[in-house]
Amino acid sequence: MDAMQVSEQTAAPVTTTDRRSEREVVVTRTFDAPARIVFAAWTTPELLMKWWTPASFGITFISCEADVRTGGTYRFVMGHPDFDQPMAFHGRYLEVEPDKRLVWTNEEGGEKGSVTTVTFEEKAGQTYLVISDVHPTKAALDEELASGAIGGYPEQFNQLDILLKTLS
Amino acid sequence: MVQFNARPADTAFAALSDATRRGVLERLAREDASISQLADTFRMTLTGMKKHVSVLEQAGLVTSRKVGRVRTCSLGGRGLEEEAAWIERYRQMWAARFAELDKVIENLKQKEESNGRNASK
Repeated sequence: MDAMQVSEQTAAPVTTTDRRSEREVVVTRTFDAPARIVFAAWTTPELLMKWWTPASFGITFISCEADVRTGGTYRFVMGHPDFDQPMAFHGRYLEVEPDKRLVWTNEEGGEKGSVTTVTFEEKAGQTYLVISDVHPTKAALDEELASGAIGGYPEQFNQLDILLKTLS
Repeated sequence: MVQFNARPADTAFAALSDATRRGVLERLAREDASISQLADTFRMTLTGMKKHVSVLEQAGLVTSRKVGRVRTCSLGGRGLEEEAAWIERYRQMWAARFAELDKVIENLKQKEESNGRNASK
């Protein structure tokens, strides 16, 4: 996508985002490592905590539990200085195929949350990652979009605006 | 909460899926332009450009008015803000995570390599 190349002029790998359909948003990125390594970083709580909330988010991890197997659950608890209460992101792994595929539910917004599928495709020692968030209804995605919230984080958590300015 | 009609949001996304149409919006953000000026800029036929402009108009991203034989296009009243900004912030969120993930992965790779070297000794 040419728009992405403009915004990232260095050789840093390109992250693309795309609203694929009325219910689906897709993110892609290539990592310079075999799939087993990238998969480990996505499925090991100690490792997840190192990258899931970059310092620029202003969010800190309080706890991270992830029982990564089909039917297993996860619970990420995070805090932010603007909020008295920590917030929890939780759900269930619907599919776990080691080094290839992860599917989980996002249940913090109630029962009918979005479903996230991550695929790890290894090619010549690199891993092409595809994250797909499928919302239960078109209205659900439109609502998230309209609220300004990103990935279930309230708008106040979106320190990304600041980040965006520093990058551009 | 910001309210907007869901249907235009979809057509807006479809309209934005094309590089030429994104280029047209950037061009119109600087100044209004006629269809033939746009066709020249993007080295395409008048008919081709008319089609692109029509998609952008349907999405409410561009308006055009005809004066004499010239149709002038300008950015439409409905902002791109909600949709485009959300997608861009979403991308930034993941890009920021991935920058950290790169470090974690690099670390794991190095560990694996040194373990491999030790094992082969």
